Amino acid sequence: MAEVQSDRRTFFLSFIYGIWGIITAAIAVPASAYLLFPPRAKKAGKWVEVGDFASLKTKQPEEVVYRRTRVDGWKVITEKTSTWLVKMSDSEVVAFAPQCTHLGCAYHYDDTSKDFLCPCHTSAFSIDGKVLTGPAPRPLDRLNVKLENGKVLLGPAGSSNV
Amino acid sequence: MSKIRDAVDWIEHRTGLETAVTEFLQEDIPNSSGWHQVLGSVAMFSFMVQFVTGILLAFNYAPTPGDAWNSVRYIMSELTGGAIIRGLHHWGASIMIIIVVMHMLQVFIWGAYKKPREATWIVGCVLLLITMVFGLTGYLLPWDNRAYWGTVVTTQIASSPPVVGSYVARLMGVGAEGGIGVVTFARFYAMHVLLLPPLTIILIGVHVYLVRKHGVMPTLEDANKPKRKFFPEQVFKDTIAIFVVFCVLFALAVVARAPLGRLADPTDTNYIPRPEWYFLFLFQSLKFFEGPLEIVGAVILPNLAILALFLVPFIDRGKFVKYTQRPIALSVVAIAALGWAGLTAAAVASTPKSVESAEDIAEPATWQDLTPEEVAGIGYFRQEKCDGCHPGAKGVNGAPDLTKGVHKTAAQMIEHFRQPSELVPGSAMPAITLSTGQLNALAAFLLKLNEKNVDALQSAPQFVVDGAMVYQKNQCSFCHQVNGSGMKNGPALNGVGQRRTKQWLIDHFQDPAKLSPGSTMPPYKFAAKDMDSITTWLMGIPR
Repeated sequence: MAEVQSDRRTFFLSFIYGIWGIITAAIAVPASAYLLFPPRAKKAGKWVEVGDFASLKTKQPEEVVYRRTRVDGWKVITEKTSTWLVKMSDSEVVAFAPQCTHLGCAYHYDDTSKDFLCPCHTSAFSIDGKVLTGPAPRPLDRLNVKLENGKVLLGPAGSSNV
Repeated sequence: MSKIRDAVDWIEHRTGLETAVTEFLQEDIPNSSGWHQVLGSVAMFSFMVQFVTGILLAFNYAPTPGDAWNSVRYIMSELTGGAIIRGLHHWGASIMIIIVVMHMLQVFIWGAYKKPREATWIVGCVLLLITMVFGLTGYLLPWDNRAYWGTVVTTQIASSPPVVGSYVARLMGVGAEGGIGVVTFARFYAMHVLLLPPLTIILIGVHVYLVRKHGVMPTLEDANKPKRKFFPEQVFKDTIAIFVVFCVLFALAVVARAPLGRLADPTDTNYIPRPEWYFLFLFQSLKFFEGPLEIVGAVILPNLAILALFLVPFIDRGKFVKYTQRPIALSVVAIAALGWAGLTAAAVASTPKSVESAEDIAEPATWQDLTPEEVAGIGYFRQEKCDGCHPGAKGVNGAPDLTKGVHKTAAQMIEHFRQPSELVPGSAMPAITLSTGQLNALAAFLLKLNEKNVDALQSAPQFVVDGAMVYQKNQCSFCHQVNGSGMKNGPALNGVGQRRTKQWLIDHFQDPAKLSPGSTMPPYKFAAKDMDSITTWLMGIPR
């Protein structure tokens, strides 16, 4: 008799744990996908004109402020942002994202040392983006850039080729 | 295994948690306990589901009228699993109402509210009301037409009683002109997520404490039978009931998409508001009370019913608990259920089909579908040279594309037109100086724009637009209807071209009484160009 009682009890227990396990999983699985998966991609934005190629001096970085449109959660926003343009040759221009690759501080160009300097943890980058000193783990991030009819165009936000 | 035992012992030694849980589960329950008592646990479970899914929704929800709709759309269509999470929350609300009412019915039929369990019953009544307020406040939060218009009606009802009505209105953030907007939205959101959840948790705690204090209601036969333990057999039954309800809920969340209608449009005169199904009986009962009697149906009767519910244990003090010995109590349940079902069925039957079609996100395809106000909006768009920066209503050079998802209400748009940089800092847009009516028309038009119809709407000929502007300026819609918009004091104007000639219309404008004896329409002396525009446009309005 005691054995039958014990069997019944074991059955109840495993059933209770099993059902609650299923319910927890049925909520936890969609909840994890909901919180961790990126939103379904929207169509990419357009190329934005940021300046005249002719006005850039070779090997002389210039910060350009421009307006871009990007998807921010449930909104499409237009915001001011900037990039560092460096004319490498008569036919090539490079656009760097304006944040240090270490922890995202805004860096600046130092005219005397001819380097990009980050004020936070003293990372330094050459004008082609290579790390010279400091804790930065990788070269400066480059944005998609192209030349069209003498204008410099930047690729859609989020399309940097890093 | 012994590692787990060690860990449990460690926690037990420091907190006494294991003893507490064991004591809770080893509660004595009457021998007659069984399937009829699972509903309390199921009700608590549905609250837990609402609690968890509500928090998940809040992670991606913007609680302001400007953004709410858009963020719900984002949750539903752009986030993986978002439609299921919102489905669980949306359908879970209905299921929670059903379960709570069933729980209450069970307690009523078994007479379990009788001495000394009156307090348990009263706390339960409060929890029922809280569940309904949850439903009411949550209804507004998606900010679609259904939410907006449903809440307009609700707040009007709540504001209707004399003296207290105006205070209730102010508490709900309803403006002097009766409109609902950012303040009402903030109040409803705060109620729904800040006030009600902790209140519910506290009251469930009190409710369960009282159930434990008095024990589960025994029957007469239980006196001679040994007691049983809550765990594991009753917990097993509770778990099965919970699982069945959860399966239904999960299936609904996966199969039936939670509705999200069009963005709330305060200028939409075609939308037919309906409350959520569990409030339909109240909505229907209002049809029997007109004029000064309306307050009886809207306020007095519902409040008397609530009062009666609270007083049940004091009205019915009889000793009998077995339902076969309580015919009056059972008749009350039967009459209430029949009344509820009848009123709800009548409300469903009298709901026009167009509610469904107004729910989808369909937009007008051509300018012929627009109301005169919206067509006039095209005119103001041209007159104010908006297309200088938004050519064809699309954007260039930082001016936003007006066809991409309208995520503003008409009221916000009008504010923006008046002082562009107030709402959009840094906006280079010049202020538009038009009358409120004209700005309304402009906003009404822009709210109808989307990527597909923009070219078709923009192609409206100038004489049409001019005609509609004359129509708006002279407030013709106070008496006439075009495309379902406007009043019906005078004849509807769709298809007037088939009934009359252009010259007849011109003559009629100049002296209505001469052509239509008894007409109350005043004469209109338009300038020749205006007369030509409005009559040419009217002649072309399809049937």
